[in-house]
Amino acid sequence: MTGYIIYQIILVVAIFTVSLVVALYATYGERKIAAILQDRVGPNRAGPFGILQPFADGIKMFTKEEIIPETANGWLFIIGPCIAMLTACMTGVIIPWGGTFELGGTVYSLQVTDINIGILYLFAVVSFGVYGIMIGGWASNNKFSLLGALRASSQMISYEIAMGMSIIALVMMTGTLSLGEIVKQQDDGYCNFVYQPLGFLIFLICAFAETNRAPFDMAECETELVGGYHTEYSSMKLGFYLFAEYINMFISSAVIVSFYFGGYNFPFQHELGLSGNLLTVIQTIVFFGKIFFFIFFFMWIRWTIPRFRYDQLMKLGWKVLLPLSMANIVITGLVMWLTGKIN
Amino acid sequence: MITQYLFYFLSFVAIFSALLVVFSKNPVHSVLYLIITFFSIAGHYFLLNAQFLAAVHIIVYAGAIMVLFLYVIMMLNLNKETEPHKSTMSKFAAIIAGGLMMLSLVAVLRGAEVNQMKASVNNNIGLTQNLGKVLFNEYILPFEVSAILFLAAMVGAVYLGKKQLD
Repeated sequence: MTGYIIYQIILVVAIFTVSLVVALYATYGERKIAAILQDRVGPNRAGPFGILQPFADGIKMFTKEEIIPETANGWLFIIGPCIAMLTACMTGVIIPWGGTFELGGTVYSLQVTDINIGILYLFAVVSFGVYGIMIGGWASNNKFSLLGALRASSQMISYEIAMGMSIIALVMMTGTLSLGEIVKQQDDGYCNFVYQPLGFLIFLICAFAETNRAPFDMAECETELVGGYHTEYSSMKLGFYLFAEYINMFISSAVIVSFYFGGYNFPFQHELGLSGNLLTVIQTIVFFGKIFFFIFFFMWIRWTIPRFRYDQLMKLGWKVLLPLSMANIVITGLVMWLTGKIN
Repeated sequence: MITQYLFYFLSFVAIFSALLVVFSKNPVHSVLYLIITFFSIAGHYFLLNAQFLAAVHIIVYAGAIMVLFLYVIMMLNLNKETEPHKSTMSKFAAIIAGGLMMLSLVAVLRGAEVNQMKASVNNNIGLTQNLGKVLFNEYILPFEVSAILFLAAMVGAVYLGKKQLD
């Protein structure tokens, strides 16, 4: 029992560290990819190929002067970025990062906890993430911040609905709310994307909106709102808001891969005849490969598609994605009924 | 054992933050304390093994309804100067109504015996699968009726919103 608890603690700390490191290097990756897409060189001064750039940025953020506005609401001004970071880091525990491995006769799982309400937990955390932005924007006591917070949070709430609806079709098909089980069902090489292409597309668009990434980065469109909800933030508090976005991007890529692209499974994995532990290692590497592709995809879109106007964004969310996701539920139900999966 | 400590801890947090909802001067703080109250109640649901209810409680109350509350309060920017002044008469009436409420609660709780509260229900009824089966087999009619009620409320809200625009 004690060994189990120690293992769980190690796993949680490992996942936390990996999330932070991936997010750290996602900032570097974003600048490099932006540079490639715009035919520039990108950061190349700190270390070879500029790979120490994220640490230089971090040190800069920490050592900058911290300014808290006099009229700001003291405690809430600090709690805002805390909630943003907390909700970004909380989802990692339900994602199956790999299969199981055996060590000294005991079988360990690379998923911290396979709660049977995994998807609901995910939504609870996502819906709580709005508070980080709203509290931060309001506590700044600045009209631009408040407007930015209202825009960002109403965007997140609107897209949460379409996101939930697109997941319902997936839950209908898999018949479970647990992420571990959903990934296990894609064991045979047919990932859920084959059955749910429309659901995947809706989920992907909503993931962009939820993480406040371009083309939905209404929260920080500096041309209209100065800086959005974090106008008044400086130093590492600003850093946490920006950093939380990269962690969110990493986690939502992991969720997309688990839901629709087979998670840690890869084709013909059982034909290779590998032993359990080696297979788990390869599975985890494959999983991270898929995640990195989606992180790259997030950045690729950011530097390809211009920002939406706010009314276009709301129209897309409420008048296109929501009806489409409802139609997706009906189609899924019909197909399941016709193929005899339900009676 | 741990469950019991958790129960007392969650109850303390729930009651303490519920009191702060009433006593804090700033409406935004009240809303935030109410969110903490909702979270501790969701924790109670978890202790009762009602996982679905707990998750939905957080998603619906803390994630959706309180966000809209916070919206309204932030937009109105309520503070001491704009607070409507209540007459002595209404304050007096509120005290009497509250006192009567407390009296009836005490009367109800005095009559109840602790042993009767141990209901003999299935411990796993709160799991999503069992709940869904009960809801869609035994209670399908009330479930659909409440769905129609929600639809009517939605149509009403849209209608009222449209009327304002014209």
